[in-house]
This record gives sequence, structure tokens and C-alpha cells, in this order.
Amino acid sequence: MLQEESDLSLIIAQIVQKLKGSNLYSQLERQAWASLQRPEIKLESLKEDIKEFFKISGWEKKLQNAVYSELSVFPLPSHPAAPPEHLKEPLVYMRKAQGSWEKRILKSLNSMCTELSIPLARKRPVGEQKELLNKWNEMGTDEPDLSLFRPVYAPKDFLEVLINLRNPNYENGDSLSFRTHLGLIQIPLKVKDIPELKECFVELGLNTGQLGIDDSTQVPPELFENEHVRIGQKVLAEQDSAAAQQYIRQGSPTALRAELWALILNISSEPEDVLYYEQLKTNVIQHDLLVDSLIYKDVKLTASNDDYYFVFEDYLYQVLLCFSRDTSVLSHFAYNSASPPKSYIRGKLGLEEYAVFYPPNGVIPFHGFSMYVAPLCFLYHEPSKLYQIFREMYVRFFFRLHSISSHPSGIVSLCLLFETLLQTYLPQLFYHLREIGAQPLRISFKWMVRAFSGYLATDQLLLLWDRILGYNSLEILAVLAAAVFAFRAVNLMEVTSLAAAEAVLADLSTLKVMPLLQIFLFATVT
Amino acid sequence: MFLSALREHARIYFVNPHKNVPREGQKSEYHAFQPSTSSPQGYGRQDLTFENQNYKGHGLSKGKEREGEWDFYWCDLSWLRENSDHTYMDEHVRISHFRNHYELTRKNYMVKNLKRFRKQLEREAGKLEAAKCDFFPKTFELPSEYHLFVEEFRKNPGITWIMKPVARSQGKGIFLFRRLKDIMDWRKDTRNSDDQKDDITVENYVAQRYIENPYLIGGRKFDLRVYVLVMSYIPLRAWLYRDGFARFSNTRFTLNSIDDQYVHLTNVAVQKTSPDYHPKKGSKWMLQRFRQYLASKHGPQAVETLFRDMDNIFIKSLQSVQKVIISDKHCFELYGYDILIDQDLKPWLLEVNASPSLTASSQEDYELKTCLLEDTLHVVDMEARLTGREKRVGGFDLMWNDGPVSREDGPPDLSGMGNFVTNTHLGCVNDRKKQLRQLFCSLQVQKKASS
Repeated sequence: MLQEESDLSLIIAQIVQKLKGSNLYSQLERQAWASLQRPEIKLESLKEDIKEFFKISGWEKKLQNAVYSELSVFPLPSHPAAPPEHLKEPLVYMRKAQGSWEKRILKSLNSMCTELSIPLARKRPVGEQKELLNKWNEMGTDEPDLSLFRPVYAPKDFLEVLINLRNPNYENGDSLSFRTHLGLIQIPLKVKDIPELKECFVELGLNTGQLGIDDSTQVPPELFENEHVRIGQKVLAEQDSAAAQQYIRQGSPTALRAELWALILNISSEPEDVLYYEQLKTNVIQHDLLVDSLIYKDVKLTASNDDYYFVFEDYLYQVLLCFSRDTSVLSHFAYNSASPPKSYIRGKLGLEEYAVFYPPNGVIPFHGFSMYVAPLCFLYHEPSKLYQIFREMYVRFFFRLHSISSHPSGIVSLCLLFETLLQTYLPQLFYHLREIGAQPLRISFKWMVRAFSGYLATDQLLLLWDRILGYNSLEILAVLAAAVFAFRAVNLMEVTSLAAAEAVLADLSTLKVMPLLQIFLFATVT
Repeated sequence: MFLSALREHARIYFVNPHKNVPREGQKSEYHAFQPSTSSPQGYGRQDLTFENQNYKGHGLSKGKEREGEWDFYWCDLSWLRENSDHTYMDEHVRISHFRNHYELTRKNYMVKNLKRFRKQLEREAGKLEAAKCDFFPKTFELPSEYHLFVEEFRKNPGITWIMKPVARSQGKGIFLFRRLKDIMDWRKDTRNSDDQKDDITVENYVAQRYIENPYLIGGRKFDLRVYVLVMSYIPLRAWLYRDGFARFSNTRFTLNSIDDQYVHLTNVAVQKTSPDYHPKKGSKWMLQRFRQYLASKHGPQAVETLFRDMDNIFIKSLQSVQKVIISDKHCFELYGYDILIDQDLKPWLLEVNASPSLTASSQEDYELKTCLLEDTLHVVDMEARLTGREKRVGGFDLMWNDGPVSREDGPPDLSGMGNFVTNTHLGCVNDRKKQLRQLFCSLQVQKKASS
């Protein structure tokens, strides 16, 4: 009991510490001072009256949402004496692996830089600044020569690193037994099995209404959809983050989705936020970074070629270029196993006083990075709001998909979860694919790294991301990947090569996500 | 039985409307894109015969055009002009155009018919009803209505006008202007060049008020292509296809460069020649995606209203030419409607095409058009499988059957009270395969029961 209490007080202290520096704190302070003018506030019961006032005026709700947001994002310290690295990643070998991966990426970036003799950053001449400002809303029309640029790395390079990951304290033994893991990932992390997943994702069960299943044309809307929409509107009226997160587990109605996501991510567009975005925009105009070309190249290669997202090309530049200059993103490295790469001012290599993070937000984009933003363009059209939503989604979820860590939502765990599910529940399929040299992870890895963006139809993708937000976890990506394999198992059993297996799974755009998940979790005989 | 013999021996002739009438022995071709795994870009051209693609289930075979031995003719407009008057057609024969379809599809005639219909509506049903016809921008035929045009022009200084040739397609010959001086120059040019020729073919143009506040997605202007199948004008029976697409302009919309026709003209034919054009992109969105996008931005109610207004456009435009089109039971026509949405979510009719392009720019497009054609043939029903009481055939919904058609079964409640919802599902889920299977199964059962 004592331990729990002290844990709780530690948590409270930490959250208070974090919130003290936030905008909300100053607003609450201001509101408290202003409330002294009100007749119902009496000196004798000052504390209670102000609390009451906050409750009625909705400020308590805002505070509640902020606290909830912190709880969701910030991992709790396991031990008061744990060093900060443990918050990033408790396992030493994972930290080491992430460190060496980062070194490789940085080396690749630097060599590209020297090869092309382009500086990592330079100040734009005034003429160029003016031009960019004019073209801000149509940067997609720019056709810079990007032929010499290559993406720093692609998902498959990252997969190779994960495959070679080993725990030095763990001995597999040479003899094969029923416990041998047949997949590519050979790390002993704990992953959930189907009974545990069923408990975790209980709202996806057969007896609960879902959007994505119970709103199809054959089902009369009175059975589920109308009531669900009504509840959604109520949740929005209450402005309660936690309630919204619970609600969205059953899917979000199209018309309410933008607001619900903003509520769950605790994004409110204050004038300060718009101003912050404008400041980032000014940074983009004034300075040109090498990563900008990487971003351009990525957007041109991926989103611009997509049948649906090509329309949003300009928004992608507006978001990603600003994102790479946003130093507030650096704070997420406290709980990300990755660390931001450091660069040194010319001639001062090794001197810490002259070290800067490069890019300013510490995130080096890879091939397909822009696909994290593209689906959001469907929901948000105002650039600063779109930017905020993307940034929050990144620091809560997406960063886990390309950094090596032992977190249950980290990509390593997701891969292991996927392979374990397949091996346990579709052993014949797994064995067959392995025999023909088509390890399933090689095909599903790219889906998970991108959170299925660009592979599923947009409306299905949004339903999937609803559940990511609702459960505050990315495990559903691994479950969906396994469900897709289960769905196409019959065809996959007949293929005889990796290329043929890829072909069977090349087109996911016709899949309906929720029925697949429901069948895999709740309707398959295990 | 004649009809079963028909099924065995029915002959068809199909011609791509954009090609010349083929000579004897020349195969009819339907050009489409098909993904090929060998080509690095993923697309390779493959010529498919219409026959291979669509006729497997219909038991029809190719006929010979010259000898007039055909039962079904997807004809070229030039053939129609030359031959339709003196070709005798048996009762069962079907042909894919109405003789004087140009009453609807040539811009100057359409405008004339709409104006006349509007006046009639105002007389019969009042101003409110007539206002429902205000879906086409103010248009004047040139050179005949030149003076009326100048009057309107002077009343609204500074607005942009668009000049379109009446009979050309694919965006040819269209330009924008703001000053009378611009068209006066153009008039002089055309007059001069005409004088030089021996045979003077004065081309008719229409000058139309340009919609300056189009709805933009991603900063780009787009228009909608919707397919309407008319089986007869008297009585008026029209079907609306659920699928369609939004065609995007490749460049961002701005009123600053009215010379840049690539910005303003969204026809894919024009976009294809733009220096920005990347064939892989396709620049098209299926209507389902467009509908979803609008719903997430404006809510389902606003989208419902928009699509109801579009239904209104289709019906009113067909009603306006109903009495003018030469009624012929052999004829049917598949129209491609071009609709533009403005920022207030009001739809405008740009034009109606009698021969909508059937070339595909992407795999998705190819599938849409083959399914569209297949369902057209189902509705035309050469094999006489349908009872005539169907409200949906594949992707087509019966929109008008000598009166509005309701989504609910039973007689429509026209009293104005109650919830009359038209039987259209534009941009909605198109589970046509399933519906066709169910439909033909039940038809077979009915047939067995009655024989």
C-alpha cells in the first residue's frame, strides 16, 4: 500500500511538473484570478468556490484532459532510482542496437552530403525566400532536380537490422523444439496471445456494435448506427478526452472523426498554436535544410503517386517541412529509445558547445515517411491544425514504428506478435511460406511500419486508426497483418515463391478491416 | 422461340466513338489500360475487343456493319448522321443514340431548350419551381445573341467569361476572357480566316459566365463526370449509374492566369498535354471517395442536399428536351454529364456528352467503364430477361420512370408530406455483382414458375 501511495504521489508530482510549464497552467491561473470578481466566490471558502467555478465553466474538464493526455503519453517510472536511459529503453542490448543503427543512418546522411557537396543547412538568399513564400501553397509544382538524392533508408533496410537483433543473455539452443520460433525475429519479448488480445480488445467482440461492420448497407441504422452517432455527439459536447477514447473503440462516425481525434489527442487550436506554426513556416522560408530535399523526394515518390493522396501533395510539404524544424519534438526523445542525431558547426567537430541537433526535430525521414501525414489530410484542412494533429500522432505512436525498443507497441514487439500469432494459429501456412522462402514478416513489415497507410482504402484506414487511438496501442497493426494472412490463406498455400506470395498480398485496397479483425480474434476456432 | 434464337444468333457491332467508321473486315477495338507485371511502370497498353470483355455472358457475336445485319449497334455519331434516316430497323433492334441527341448535347441547343423549359415551368408552376432550373450559368449563343451578350457583359464588369465551341469536345477551342476587346480580336481572326477558305463553316460558340468560386480540393479545381442512361423519352425513363469520377486539374486554381487553360479545364484530354501531367497519377477520384471526403468535411446532411440537387439537374435537363427529341423505341443513350461544384456546394451543369469517352486512364478507370458498359447492356436487355419493373440493375438505379421513383417500395407519396427519397445512390456503395446475381436468379425462378 505504501509503495502504491508513494508511486502515485511521484506520478502526481511529475505530471504537475510537466503541466506547470504549459499554456494551460497560465490560463488556469488567469481564470482563477479573474474569478475573484465573481459574486459566488467567498473569502472563507476560497479554495472550494474556485474549484466549483472551474467545474462549472469547463476548465476542470480541460485540466482533466491534459492530465489524461500526460498519463497516456508519458510512461511511468518503474523505479525511482532508474536512470533516464531506462525511460527511453530498459534493455541494454536494445539501446546499443538502436545506437549503432543511428550511427549508420547518420553516416549515410553525411556521406550523401559530402558526395553532393550540399551543406546540411544553409540560409536562403532573400530572393529565394520571397519566391518560396509566394509558392507556399503550391510547392508541389516545384520540380527540383532530386535525381541525386536517395532516401536515407527504406523499411527493408530496417528489417534487416531487426532480424539480426540478438539478446546476448539468451541462448536459443541448437535443437529444434516446439518452442522454437520459426520467424525472423529472434528476441524473447513477451507478446500477447489470442485470449489475452480478446481481453484487451473486448470492444471489438461479436456482441458489440462496430462502425465498419454494423453500419453496412444491409444493417438498418436504428440497430446501432443512429445511437452511436448520438452518443458521439454527446461525448463531443462534454469535451471529455477519456470518454472519447473509450467511445472511439467502436469506431468514429465520419462527420465526427476530426473533432474526436482532436479531443483524444488534446489538441485545441489556440492562437498561440497558430502563431507557433507560423513561426515554423518562417524558419522554413529562411533556411534550407538537406532533409527538405529528402522530404520532397519522399513525397514525390510515394504520396504523389498514390491514386487518392496526390491531391494533398501541397499540404504534405507544408506539414513535413515545418515538422523537421520543430524543436518541441525533441522532448519525445525522453521516452523514445532513439536519440536525435547531433551535428557540429563547421570546424568545431567534437566540441559540445557547437553541437546542434540535426534536423532540428531530431527525426530523419525515411522512404514512406510522408504516408503518415497523407490520411490526416482527409480530416483536417487548416494547416496549423493538421500540423498539430500530425505532430501529436507522431510523438504518441508513429515514432515507435521505426525505433528499436522493447515497448509492447514498438516495431520489434509488433513483428514478434505478428509472427507468433501466425505460427500459433496458422502453423501450416507459416511453415509452407517459410519452406518456399517467403517469410511472412518480409511481406507484412512494410504494412506495419507505415501503419497500413497507402495499403488500405482510406475509409478503412481511418477506422483502423480510430482503434489505435482508442486503445492507445499499435498492437492492432500486428493483429490485422495476421488477419490478412489468415484471410488469404487458401491462395497463399498454393504459391511456390516469394514473388507469388507478394502478388497474392499486393492489393489490400478491397479489404474490410473490422470484419477481418473480428473474425480473427473472436470467430476463429483456436 | 424467336428470343432464344436471338440469343444464339444476335449480332453486334461496336465502334469506338472517337474513331472513324471501320472498313469491312476491320476489327472493332476498345482501347484500355491493363496492368502488366513486365512493364516497369506497371501499365501497358492492351487492345481488347469489346466482344471479349463484355459479351461472354450475352451469347452475342460480331456482325457485319455494311450489310446492315446487326441487332445492336453502338454507333458512331457520324454514321448516325448519314444513315439513321433511311435504315430500316426491326422491332428488337437497338441503337445507342437518339437521332437528334444534339438537342441536349450541343451547348447552344441545350441552353435554348433549358431556357424555354424554364419559362414554361414559370408559367405553369410558378417562380419557385422555375428557380430549380437555375443550374446553368448565364449563357449566350454567338454570334446570334451577341447583342444580348454585350448587354449582360456591361451589366457585370470585371467578371470572367468562358467561350466554348458548341460542337467540339475534349476541351478543344475553349478560352477565357474578361474584356470585350479579347473576343473582338478573336472575332476578327475567325472572320479573316473564314474569308480565306472557300467553304465557310461558321462555327457557333457559346459565351458562358465562368464560375469563379469553384470548390477546391487540395487547392485544385475539379469537375464530376456522372453517367445517365436514357432508355426512352416518351415516357421518360432514365437510370443513374452509382459510380463516376471527379477529374482534377493538375495545377492549383487561381484567377490570375486565365490564359493558363490547364488550370481551368479539367478534361483529362487537356490535362494530358499539360507539362505537369504524370500519367501514373490519373488525376481522378472515384465518386465514392469524393462523397466520403465531403461527408467528413461538411457532414452527411450537406452531402445529401448536394446530391439531391444533382438529381434535380439530371431530371430537369432531360425533361427540357423530352418533347423535342425524336422518340424512337429502338434508341437509347448513355450520357456523360459534367458537373461543377462551387464553394457553396451548389452544383452547376457544364455540359452533357452523347459519347462519353470510354478510354481508360488507369486500372480503376478501366474497371469502372467496363462495368458501366456491361450494366448498360443489362438494362438494354436484348435477351429480354427483365420484367420491366426493376428499380435497380447492377450499378444503375432507376431515377425517373415517367415520374419520380422512390427508394421505398410501393406507390410514391407525391403529396409533398412524408419522406420521399429519390431512388438514386450516386457515389454510394456499388455491390453490382451481388445484385446482378440475385436479380437474375430471381428472374429465372419467376420464369420457371410462370411457364
